[in-house]
Amino acid sequence: MRDHPLFQLTLARLREFYREPDAVFWVFGFPLVLAFALGIAFRNRGPGELNIGVLRGPGDSAVVVALGGGHGLRATVLDSAEARQRLRTGRIAILVMPGAPLVYRYDSTRTESRLARLEVNAAVQAAHGRADVVAVRDDRVVAAGSRYIDFLIPGLLGMNLLGSGIWGVGFTVVLARKNRLLKRFMATPMRRSHYLLGFILSRLLFLVLEVAALVGFGRLMFGVGVRGSLLTLALVSVLGSLSFAGLGLLVASRARTIEAASGLMNLVMLPMWVLSGTFFSYARFPEGMQPFVKALPLTALNDALRAVMIDGTSLFSLGAPLAIVLLWGAVSFTVALRIFRWR
Amino acid sequence: MPAIQCAGLVKRYGDVVAVAGLDLTVEAGECFGLLGPNGAGKTTTIEILEGLTLPDAGAVEVLGMRWDDGARGRALRERLGIQLQDTQLGDKLTVAETVALFRSFYRRTHTVDEVLALVQLEEKRRARIGTLSGGQKQRLAIACALVNRPELLFLDEPTTGLDPQSRRQLWEIIGTFRAAGNTVLLTTHYMEEAERLCDRVAIMDHGRVIALGSPRQLIASLGADHVVEFALADGVQTSALLPELQGLAGVRSVRTGTDRVSLTVREVHRTLPALLALVERRGAELSLLVTHHATLDDVFLALTGRQLRDA
Ligand SMILES: Nc1ncnc2c1ncn2[C@@H]1O[C@H](COP(=O)(O)OP(=O)(O)O)[C@@H](O)[C@H]1O
Ligand SMILES: [Mg+2]
Repeated sequence: MRDHPLFQLTLARLREFYREPDAVFWVFGFPLVLAFALGIAFRNRGPGELNIGVLRGPGDSAVVVALGGGHGLRATVLDSAEARQRLRTGRIAILVMPGAPLVYRYDSTRTESRLARLEVNAAVQAAHGRADVVAVRDDRVVAAGSRYIDFLIPGLLGMNLLGSGIWGVGFTVVLARKNRLLKRFMATPMRRSHYLLGFILSRLLFLVLEVAALVGFGRLMFGVGVRGSLLTLALVSVLGSLSFAGLGLLVASRARTIEAASGLMNLVMLPMWVLSGTFFSYARFPEGMQPFVKALPLTALNDALRAVMIDGTSLFSLGAPLAIVLLWGAVSFTVALRIFRWR
Repeated sequence: MPAIQCAGLVKRYGDVVAVAGLDLTVEAGECFGLLGPNGAGKTTTIEILEGLTLPDAGAVEVLGMRWDDGARGRALRERLGIQLQDTQLGDKLTVAETVALFRSFYRRTHTVDEVLALVQLEEKRRARIGTLSGGQKQRLAIACALVNRPELLFLDEPTTGLDPQSRRQLWEIIGTFRAAGNTVLLTTHYMEEAERLCDRVAIMDHGRVIALGSPRQLIASLGADHVVEFALADGVQTSALLPELQGLAGVRSVRTGTDRVSLTVREVHRTLPALLALVERRGAELSLLVTHHATLDDVFLALTGRQLRDA
C-alpha cells in the first residue's frame, strides 16, 4: 500500500500543500477572514432606531415628548444649520419643524426616511388623541436563512472550491512541467493515470477540510445552519471539486511557464467571481446575460450549495445545476487529456 | 547485443538542426561519453535515446527494444536509470520522501536506505530538497535514477556546475555502478571527465559525431602526444614565424589562436630548443611558454579550430 504509486503521488501532493504556509492561508484562512469581515459588516441590524431631528424653536419640547411615545424613535433638537447638514448626510432620517402646520422635511426616495415619516406621524397623531379604529396585534418572526451571511457562506464555499481546484491542480502541473519534473516522471514507468488520480485524491482529502472549515465556522460564528442533509452537501461539494479539478487540468494542459498559466487561471476565475453570485445575487445582471451567467459552473454550484444549505433541497431536485457542473467537468477532463503536454 | 544502437537520427527545431544524422552503438558494459560544447546536440540525442523526444528521422534500439508508449515502453523503463539535465525536484519534499516516490514507480528496487547509502546521502535523509547543496541535489537525482537497479544508466551533464570535490564523489558513484557490469551513457563538456570515466567517446559538434574512439585513440590521432603553446612579448607578430614553425624538429601541426600559437609535437625535447633558437634568431622575446600532454580538448581544437570550453 505504502509502495503503491497512487499512494505516494497523493502523499507528495498533500505534503507539498501543507508545507506551503501561503497556500494553506489562501485556501483555509482567507475564506474564513472574508466570511468574518463580510458577516460583521452586513449583519442584519433590522431598521433599529430611527434618528429624528426636531428644529429648535417654540413647541420643540412638546414634539420631543410626543415622539417619545413612538416605536424606536430617537429625537434630537437641532439648530437649523446643523439640522440641514445632518439631513443631507443621512444622520437624521427626517426633520420635524414644529408649528402649525407641523412640517416634515425628508427625502422621499429614501426608504428609511419614508419609514420615519410614518412612525413620526403615528406618534404625533396619537399624542394628540387619535385612536386606532381597528384592533391589531404584531406577530414578529425571523425567517431562517434570510440573512446575508446565510447567503454568503455557500457562495464562499463555491468560490473556494473553484480557487483551490484551479490553483491546486493547475499550478502544480505547470510548475512540474517548467521544472522538467513532469519529463522526469515520464522517464519512469509511472502511469499517467496515476499521476492525474493523485491530484484527484488529494483534492478530495482537502475538500473535506475546506468544507468542514467554512461550514463549521459559519455555524459557530454566525449560527449558519445546513437545512438539507450533510451527505447531499458532501456530494455536491465533491462534484464541484472534481469539475474544477478538470478545469484546472485544462488550464494547465499546455502552459510551460507560471506566468502564462496564471494569466489563464485568472481569465477563467475572474468572470465567475463577479458573475456567479458569490457575493450578491446574479439576478441583478440584465435579463440578456442570464443564460450565459447560469451556464457557468460556479453559478450552478453556488445554486446547488444554497439550495442544500438554505432551502434544504434534496439531491434529486438538484438535477439541473449538477448536470451543468458535471458537464463542465467531463468536457474539461476529456479535452485536457487530449491536448496535455506531458514532456 | 549492444546496449544502445541508433542510426540516422535527425531532430530539427524550426531552422535549428539539433541532431543532423547520427549513428551510435554503445556496447553492453561500457561507459560511453558524448563530448561536445553547449548546443552540440548532446541533450537532444540522449533524450531521443531515452524515448522522451521523438526524432524526425532515424531508428533507436535500447536493450534490443524499440520505444513505444504502451506496456513495452514501460517494461523497458523498468530497466533504465535516467538523470535529466536540470530537473528540479520538488523543494518541499525530503530526500527520503523523493526517493520513496520514485521507488514506487518500479517493481524491482533497492530500499530507500540502500540507495541513499550508494550516493552517500544517509545523513540528509530527512532534509528538505530546498536545503541541499548543488552536489547533494545531483547525488539525489542519481539516487532516483539508481533506485530501480537499472542495467543502463543515462546521465546528462551529471557534474556540470559542481565543485571539484562533488565531481569526484559523483565519479566514484558512477565507477561503483559500472564495476557491477552495468552500462553508462553520459554527456559532458569536460574533457577531463570523459578521459577519466569513458571507455569510448563520441565528440559531437553541430549535431554530428566528428570523432569516435577511446580517449587514448583520439589523442593518438593527433599524431603527437604533446602540445607546446607560446606567445611573443611586446606584441610581436607571430605570423612571420609560421612557415619556419612548420619545419621545426618534431612539430606535427601548427595552429594560431587569438593570443597564442599552439604546436602539436611528437618530441618536446627536440622541439623546444629549436623553438627557442628560432625566437632568438628573430630578436623576439617569449611572453608565454607552456607544454602539456595532449588532451581531448586538443583533439576538439584540431578538429574544429575552436576550444571545447568556450566554443
Ligand atoms: N525544445 C527546443 N526548442 C528549440 N530549440 C531547441 C530545443 N532543444 C534544443 N534546441 C536547440 O538544439 C540545439 C542543441 O541543443 P542541445 O541538444 O540542448 O545541446 P547540448 O545538450 O549539447 O548543449 C541548440 O541549438 C538548442 O538551442
Ligand atoms: Mg545539454
